[in-house]
Amino acid sequence: MDLQFAILIPWLPALAAALCGVCCVKRGLRKLAAPTCILSILGGFLVTLGISGRVGPAGEGHAAAQHVIEAFRWIGVGALQANMSYLIDPLTIVMLVVVTGIGTLVAIYAAGYMAGDRGYARFFTGVSLFIFAMTTLVMADNLVLLYLGWEGVGLCSYLLIGFYYQKPSAVAAAKKAFIVNRIGDLGFALGIFLIYQTFGTVSMADVLAQAGQVEHPTAAHQWIPFLLMAGAFGKSAQLPLYVWLPDAMEGPSPVSALIHAATMVTAGVYMIVRLLPVFELSTYALPTVAIVGAVTALFAATIALCQNDLKRVFAYSTISQLGYMFLGVGVLSSMGAIFHLFTHAFFKALLFLTAGSVMHALAGQLDMRKISGLRTKMPITCWLMFIGCLALGGFPYTAGFFSKDTILAETMVVGLGGHAPLYTILAVVGLITALLTAFYTFRLWFRVFLGPTEYETANEHHGYPVPAHNGDIQVQHVHEPHEVSWLMNAPLVVLAAGALLAGVVGEHWIASMTPGSVPGSAATAAHGAEAGLHDSAATLFGMNVHAAMMLISSVVAIVGIGAAGYYHWLNRPAAEDVARRYPAVVHLLANKYYVDEIYDRLIVTPLRTVGELCYALDRLMIDGLVALVGFLPRLVGLAVQPAQRGVLQGYGLGMAIGVAIIILVIVAVT
Amino acid sequence: MNSSADSLILGHFLLTSSVLFVLGLVGFLMRRNLIIMFLCTELMFQGVVLALVAFARFHHNDTGQTFVIFVLTIAAAEAALALALVMLLYRRKPTLDTSAWSQMKG
Repeated sequence: MDLQFAILIPWLPALAAALCGVCCVKRGLRKLAAPTCILSILGGFLVTLGISGRVGPAGEGHAAAQHVIEAFRWIGVGALQANMSYLIDPLTIVMLVVVTGIGTLVAIYAAGYMAGDRGYARFFTGVSLFIFAMTTLVMADNLVLLYLGWEGVGLCSYLLIGFYYQKPSAVAAAKKAFIVNRIGDLGFALGIFLIYQTFGTVSMADVLAQAGQVEHPTAAHQWIPFLLMAGAFGKSAQLPLYVWLPDAMEGPSPVSALIHAATMVTAGVYMIVRLLPVFELSTYALPTVAIVGAVTALFAATIALCQNDLKRVFAYSTISQLGYMFLGVGVLSSMGAIFHLFTHAFFKALLFLTAGSVMHALAGQLDMRKISGLRTKMPITCWLMFIGCLALGGFPYTAGFFSKDTILAETMVVGLGGHAPLYTILAVVGLITALLTAFYTFRLWFRVFLGPTEYETANEHHGYPVPAHNGDIQVQHVHEPHEVSWLMNAPLVVLAAGALLAGVVGEHWIASMTPGSVPGSAATAAHGAEAGLHDSAATLFGMNVHAAMMLISSVVAIVGIGAAGYYHWLNRPAAEDVARRYPAVVHLLANKYYVDEIYDRLIVTPLRTVGELCYALDRLMIDGLVALVGFLPRLVGLAVQPAQRGVLQGYGLGMAIGVAIIILVIVAVT
Repeated sequence: MNSSADSLILGHFLLTSSVLFVLGLVGFLMRRNLIIMFLCTELMFQGVVLALVAFARFHHNDTGQTFVIFVLTIAAAEAALALALVMLLYRRKPTLDTSAWSQMKG
């Protein structure tokens, strides 16, 4: 397929968004919204597959073919050229497969999930727009277009999180997501400005080429990675800008699956992988990324241990897995990061969608403490989620196992081989997190699906609570939880297959696609060459590091699963005993380390006070000033008003006095 | 004839004329009865007329006297109009007091 077809990938969904918008307005066309959206994303996926043959994978050591397709001229101001041109190289293909592939599957699921909702067409408009922005982001040739996509996904995230706009919590969550993202985007924008100022161009190829040749980085060069990093941390929910992601679960489950698991939150990882030579301008940048990634992974995993809401657990799990990806990037293992991105998209989307099925079956109930033993009622969902949980926990030979192991092994190699004990510590942190991941994931699964079958349904109907007296709808939905339709389960089966097989099948593919995609400095090439080989000089416990890490991760995963099985299936009261013995820890974790409250005290409230102060100043002084100016003519009028009495003689007197004055003046002058 | 006229002093005539005028003015401004106010305006006219005639005599010029004829004509016409207005106003409110007509106040 000719590469020019790549222009269809972002613009088909854009067209679909416009058409779905029309469907929103015209009542009768509502049913068309879902197929339009699904077909546009599927079209994008097929085009991606078609052009992937043209874009050859890299050989060892040399860069892969990079093709630039110019769609149309967009910004051309003097030296600043930022056009709608797309860079197609192997990394782009991988990202596009993730975005369009997972997008199609989620859209198919959503067609069933959102059926009956009043905002059906609005939902698919948002999803189509999102796919447009996301594909623009991953295909962008220059930083300005990437920023356009970046902001676009943020906008669509806001629109879709706030989909149930009549729910105040959803609206607040949407605002929070957008604002926190904005803080990161500010850093990103400043980074782009600085890049333009130091390199004179925003075209990615030029920037990367120039960055690779910088011998002595100046202060400006060293600031750029940190500014860009801020943007990545905001979009990909790392410390300290992760607080929006758990709240973003207010959106419908397909939104959580697509945007907050598979695609949007990985934009930060993609950006760093793409701009790796720029990040190497400062010696502290990549270690910072690695540290933040590892710490976030551990932090979020601890919080997930004590969360009781299904989707919150998965949200913190997403934050944690994104931490892994950043750790991978930080140790220059872009292959590991992208591989984990790829596998994570599959199993996390699967997990969110199955959680959505559970939620749908129980009319909005998400509290783990009130659900148990659903295996008998929803067997298919049960085993699909089981596969997803295996992959997330890193059970041997699932996709998650391979990708997580790649990252941890690389980190350990850098730590042991390069005499940098920091990385050894980070690898250990990663292993602890893996243990916790397996534990909390299976805590959820064992609680929800195994054990005695008891459940308590909530009373939500398409996102909104149903008033108790509305008898009809209540009766319709308070029924036995049942399995979802085959139309909704089919994409889940595909995702489950991906979660199992993407590791074995995908490792080679991704390895071939990634290292050459990043033309860069000598360090990347050298490390890439090193990482491509699976033996290393360093050893761990006497074995090859990679093999050793595989063994350790497998053991860790099985121990985690076993512990979860004991505490949450076989002997549930034991779990409650442990919780009762350490109430302070439980409270701290259940309340997310009170981070939201801390932010509220430290940042939100002062800002709000300043805002209200400005508002008061504006009302009093500026509006007051303007009102005063408006009042002056009235004042003058009021002052002169008593002169008009309406009595003829008063006017006559006025005339007489006036004449007298004039005569006096004339006589005095002459 | 002229010789006897030399014993007339212009100033006396002007003084009389101004006294008449001021009396008329003050009366106009002070009185409240519409018809009396009108009579005062007539008085103001007479003062002016006297001044005109005096100046005409002083300058041995008949222009002043001609002007006086005009003024008297216009005074007559104005008298007709004014009294017609008074009649109409009286029909509205059965009073000749000007303070009854202060609706344009403020």
